[in-house]
Amino acid sequence: MLGSLSEKFEGAIRKLSGQATISESNVRESMEEVREALLEADVHYEVAEEFCETVLTQALGEEVLQAVSPGQQMIKIVHDELVKLLGGEEALDDEGRPIEVQPIMYVEPGPTIIMMSGLQGSGKTTTCGKLAAYLKKRGKSVMLAACDLQRPAAVTQLEVLANQVNEEAEGAGKVHFFGQPEKCAEYGKAVGVAVEVANQALEAARFNNVDVLLLDTAGRLHVNDELMGELRRVSTAVNPHQIYLVIDAMTGQDAVNSAKAFHSQLELDGVVLTKFDSDTRGGAALTVKKIVGEPIKFIGIGEKLDALEEFHASRIASRILGMGDVVSLVEKAQEQVSEEEALALQEKMEKGKLTMDDFLKQLQTIRKMGSMKSLLGMLPGIGNQLKDLNLDDKQIDRTQAIIQSMTVNERKDVDLLDNSRRRRISKGSGSDAKDVSQLVKGFEMVSKLSQQMSGAGMMSKVKSMAGMGPSALAGMRGKHGHGLAKTKGSTKHKPKFKQKKRKKR
Amino acid sequence: MGLFKSVFTKIKDGLSKTREAGPTAQLRNILVGKALSAELIRDIEKLLIQADVGIKTAIELRKDIQAGWERSEINTGTEAWEFLKSQLIAYFPDEDREIHFAETGPTVILVAGINGAGKTTSIAKITKSLRDEGKTVLLAACDTFRAAAVEQLEIWSDRLGVEVVKGKQGGDPAAVAFDAADAAVARGVDCLVIDTAGRLHTQEHLMRQLTKIKNVVGKKIPNAPHETILVIDATTGQNGINQAKIFTQASDVSGIFLSKLDGSARGGIVIAIREELNLPVKFIGVGETPDDVQPFDPPSFVEAMFAE
Repeated sequence: MLGSLSEKFEGAIRKLSGQATISESNVRESMEEVREALLEADVHYEVAEEFCETVLTQALGEEVLQAVSPGQQMIKIVHDELVKLLGGEEALDDEGRPIEVQPIMYVEPGPTIIMMSGLQGSGKTTTCGKLAAYLKKRGKSVMLAACDLQRPAAVTQLEVLANQVNEEAEGAGKVHFFGQPEKCAEYGKAVGVAVEVANQALEAARFNNVDVLLLDTAGRLHVNDELMGELRRVSTAVNPHQIYLVIDAMTGQDAVNSAKAFHSQLELDGVVLTKFDSDTRGGAALTVKKIVGEPIKFIGIGEKLDALEEFHASRIASRILGMGDVVSLVEKAQEQVSEEEALALQEKMEKGKLTMDDFLKQLQTIRKMGSMKSLLGMLPGIGNQLKDLNLDDKQIDRTQAIIQSMTVNERKDVDLLDNSRRRRISKGSGSDAKDVSQLVKGFEMVSKLSQQMSGAGMMSKVKSMAGMGPSALAGMRGKHGHGLAKTKGSTKHKPKFKQKKRKKR
Repeated sequence: MGLFKSVFTKIKDGLSKTREAGPTAQLRNILVGKALSAELIRDIEKLLIQADVGIKTAIELRKDIQAGWERSEINTGTEAWEFLKSQLIAYFPDEDREIHFAETGPTVILVAGINGAGKTTSIAKITKSLRDEGKTVLLAACDTFRAAAVEQLEIWSDRLGVEVVKGKQGGDPAAVAFDAADAAVARGVDCLVIDTAGRLHTQEHLMRQLTKIKNVVGKKIPNAPHETILVIDATTGQNGINQAKIFTQASDVSGIFLSKLDGSARGGIVIAIREELNLPVKFIGVGETPDDVQPFDPPSFVEAMFAE
């Protein structure tokens, strides 16, 4: 995501950062490049103009030109302005850490009513499913209500999603479904029925005592008065606490028109940007906050039910500027691995008792966090080098297959693996004998290394990085690989971590 | 083209909603009957960008007008406007915009696009026009991934009175395509229209899957698919170029179905796509019923882009 926008941005600004002194004309020139990059990224024309104007005024007004490192100063200005454009800086607590803001305000007593709206094909129904999974994970009970009676099989789609979330997604909350498929009709013949369904859904939600009622609505064009009127009537009838506009992240200049129209009809509370995992350059993301004035709450980043992320302006700004997003990476890791699991693993590593099963579990955890490319893309200074790299996530699957072809005993003790056993494993997993040997060799190495490094598991190292704010990360950009070098360098501090741990105990 | 009754008013109806104050509508207003100025020429670029034609094309057109103005070839706003129109129409030279039918046996039309582009609705439209022409149509429900996608296509097939071949939810879409091709030959239908799952062009494995679907039908029916239609949402921004590029690499796209042109978006992205990839637009979608489809006609498309 955001690949080529960040590439262009970096290019334009790197020119400045390399120079000891910069002149007004240098700054103007790179801002012209930035402007074109923004327009190519589908940022609305006027928003792009205003952005460049603001940055230019600040850059020329402040002491940027005289600053010791004018390039860094420019980056800071651009970063700050990008953050403003994307939704503003998060509030910080006394220690300078961002204060967690819940994207959804829950009301007491429930149900909290959330209504989705948007153009056809923007991804409302899928987002409903993902939001239900998000809420379930947070222990909320949810009812998904199908108020799209127009698109063929939309009701069935939501019902299937509701069942899927209820059965497969993590978390304690229960997911209910409400739908009246018999009320569906051909296009234009069921206008207004949605109001009735929404009312009954609310009753059902109260009866079932759910925490959150999610209303899916039919996709409609903002220029269709009849259907916009229907949506307004649904809104008046159930009085949702939150109304979200779902926007395709790849939308062009017209995003402004539809967002404005939906906002004026419904008074939106937030925006969900879908298909953010595409190669969108994020124009809609950069435009919509400015236009609607309401925050982007979530971004959809994949086809799976858990592929929904809370939106953080400063992190996305960092990604655009090629500064990576280590904070999100750490959060992803923390979501998958509990503190106890991490500690248990650490202990095993210290004693050199790592088994193939542990290794397998690690692989599965990484796989769950997302594609390798998306994970690596969050590291500072790496994003842009990945664009042509074809990382094969299947490699992990193949490795999994090899481990799964081992017997329980073999997984506990790799020394058992003689040639005959290796042949069997390679046959069983459909891989080359050399792959099996390579895996065993790699495992032995990891095992040995982990014993040496014991006490400073990856988790604690990554966690220590999480404490850094965006400004600290900003220092890590620039020369490619610089960021990585830092990560590597941190192994030198190992003893420190070890000591800390011991003291605690 | 025979496939459609030429209903020029229909496209205007469809587009009439967009005439509020879209950027290109303003373009006509600021140009016609006005004196040309440097400032006005800059505004042309701005409004073209807002119609999603892409910054490159917008700058080029602006420079052409600028040059024409300096050489005193373009002197008034009206002339600039006429010039713009002719230039945009020239992006779509007279060429083959028809559906290619197989000489013998079933004609296979593969329909692809990103999630939510409007594939299934577009298929309903294509199917209805084929059926209205007296052709027999079979549908293949190869979106085995998204919840209720098969049901969605089935509802359309019921409404349109055509049959549909489907597979198991979560099954291999290429297998469904193969069965459908088999059935198309056995039943002797004129056309087989294949619905595929929406996929982001950045998902390599899904693009490979699309290639596989294409190859599988080609094995069963010679030269199939005879058409590979990429559905692009008219609201799409410059990302549409990447979509077209990568889908073409994976499945030899032969034409574009520009959907949802009944909103306020002008679909200028097809001009950027044309510039980069030389892909013809074959149909435009202007509403939610199966009748809301039109063959692509450059002059009326450009006219509608600028319509008030």
